[in-house]
Amino acid sequence: MTAAAITDRSLTGTDMGAAKMANARTETAAAATPTVEAAKPVAIETVASTQSAGRAGEWLRAIGRAVMPPVMGLALLIGLWHLATINGGGIPTPAKTWEAAVVLFSDPFYREGPNDQGIGWNVLASLQRVAIGFGIAAAVGIPLGFMLGRFAVLAQMLNPIISLLRPVSPLAWLPIGLLVFQRADPAATWTIFICSIWPMIMNTAQGVTRVPQDYLNVARVLNLSEWKIFTKILFPAVLPYMLTGIRLSIGTAWLVIVAAEMLTGGIGIGFWVWDEWNNLKVEHIIIAIFVIGIVGLILEQMLMLIARRFSYETR
Amino acid sequence: MPKKIVQIENVGQYFDTKNGRFVALREVNLDIVEGESISLIGHSGCGKSTLLNLIAGLTHPTSGLMLCDGREIAGPGPERAVVFQNHSLLPWLTCFENVYLAVERVFSSKEGKARLKERTRAALDLVGLTHAEAKFPHEISGGMKQRVGIARALSMQPRILLMDEPFGALDALTRANLQDELMKILAATKATMVMVTHDVDEAVLLSDRVVMLTNGPSATIGEILEVNIERPRDRLALAHDPHFSECRAAIMEFLYHKQLKRAA
Repeated sequence: MTAAAITDRSLTGTDMGAAKMANARTETAAAATPTVEAAKPVAIETVASTQSAGRAGEWLRAIGRAVMPPVMGLALLIGLWHLATINGGGIPTPAKTWEAAVVLFSDPFYREGPNDQGIGWNVLASLQRVAIGFGIAAAVGIPLGFMLGRFAVLAQMLNPIISLLRPVSPLAWLPIGLLVFQRADPAATWTIFICSIWPMIMNTAQGVTRVPQDYLNVARVLNLSEWKIFTKILFPAVLPYMLTGIRLSIGTAWLVIVAAEMLTGGIGIGFWVWDEWNNLKVEHIIIAIFVIGIVGLILEQMLMLIARRFSYETR
Repeated sequence: MPKKIVQIENVGQYFDTKNGRFVALREVNLDIVEGESISLIGHSGCGKSTLLNLIAGLTHPTSGLMLCDGREIAGPGPERAVVFQNHSLLPWLTCFENVYLAVERVFSSKEGKARLKERTRAALDLVGLTHAEAKFPHEISGGMKQRVGIARALSMQPRILLMDEPFGALDALTRANLQDELMKILAATKATMVMVTHDVDEAVLLSDRVVMLTNGPSATIGEILEVNIERPRDRLALAHDPHFSECRAAIMEFLYHKQLKRAA
């Protein structure tokens, strides 16, 4: 009966909805399902409450299983370090390093002249350089990567150059920066820029070439404009690749800054390491190694979080 | 005399590969009349999808002439909507946004946002998915995804609906359900449909004409079968319909006797 009634309709905007009657049956069926499902959780909850005591124990055990191995690994490291340094030598023991760290971190933000500032200032100075260099690299590298992925000619043109420049050691770029900018600070930033740009270009370009043909066919069939193709198809499809590139880049940037600052001096965690070596405060160097590692870890984890937030697969 | 909406004249398609020229289609001649439903059937690799892509304008014929409404098909157009086999929804957009993308493209030049949203809702309503409009494709079932794909195609108010094995990846029950819905929608919208399928029952049930392709390479149209069964069609009643059985038998005869795939 419904089908017969519908046959007379023509396709005007309002009449498109007319065929919904035909689907009324399907929708009712769909609406009925949740009522059946609703009964289940109640039953599960009753079972859960009787077992809650056992659950808490299990939970603790689970945490133990997750935390114990890393703690044991760390303990092993410190133990070996202790054994290696207990009979003297240049490297301080864990205990001595810890004492120095307590003193150091009790006042991380002191300033006594340009060459004697707290470790907090040094870390912040390095982070600022990384942020600027990396920011410019992202602003240049990501669009360039998109273009490389979209236009084969451009890729063929630039790929040999990229392959040539990518493996160059970061410190080889520093003199060029010093020459061009005449000052240490922009030279360090330049080094960060040039070293962290490659993973972003490569990964973005690779992401663009890997956009599934299905999506591009959709774009063609729907006749989407270049702008819509970019915002609705290319960008979301490439985003996971792009974020991988960004993650690799920021890791590189953080690696490079320490080396660059050792050479340029001034302020920064890399300079600080070198300065403490000149002062022969080896325990401070060890502390710096830990600080560099932890900051790098935090940067990486932050980007992982962002990546997960923007990945459509896990949303 | 009903109007010819698509004219395919002596169309051939070949691809140049490493191993020389591969002829996919040759000498295809077919006129599609406004409002009719056509199935393209044949063994896999016979160029069914190639022919559909040609009509869609996704690829261009190597020889011959393809006309839509008397004009040469130069590329995809909003009057020819495509439903892909694997639904091809964009995973980062909700069902609503997926459909809206198509609506926006076709109608945004002359209509306001509110009207565009209304059209999107109407299209989702047509396939019975109003309740799932805020869901992402990975949150809904395969059958629902395919319905969103159909809604996206219908929302453009196309004159021809091109479907590439739209129900191929679905289970039998879902497929039957969607076939019934599709018949109702086609009756309501009076759209022309060209569907690629390898399912004999589906071809007979949905089509006015079944176009049978010979085996590839260099496939062409072998036979065209007219299905003279009145609409609306009811799948249960058809199970005992002698004409339905005849049509099935004719297609099976073509596929499994005349065009039996050797060494496949």
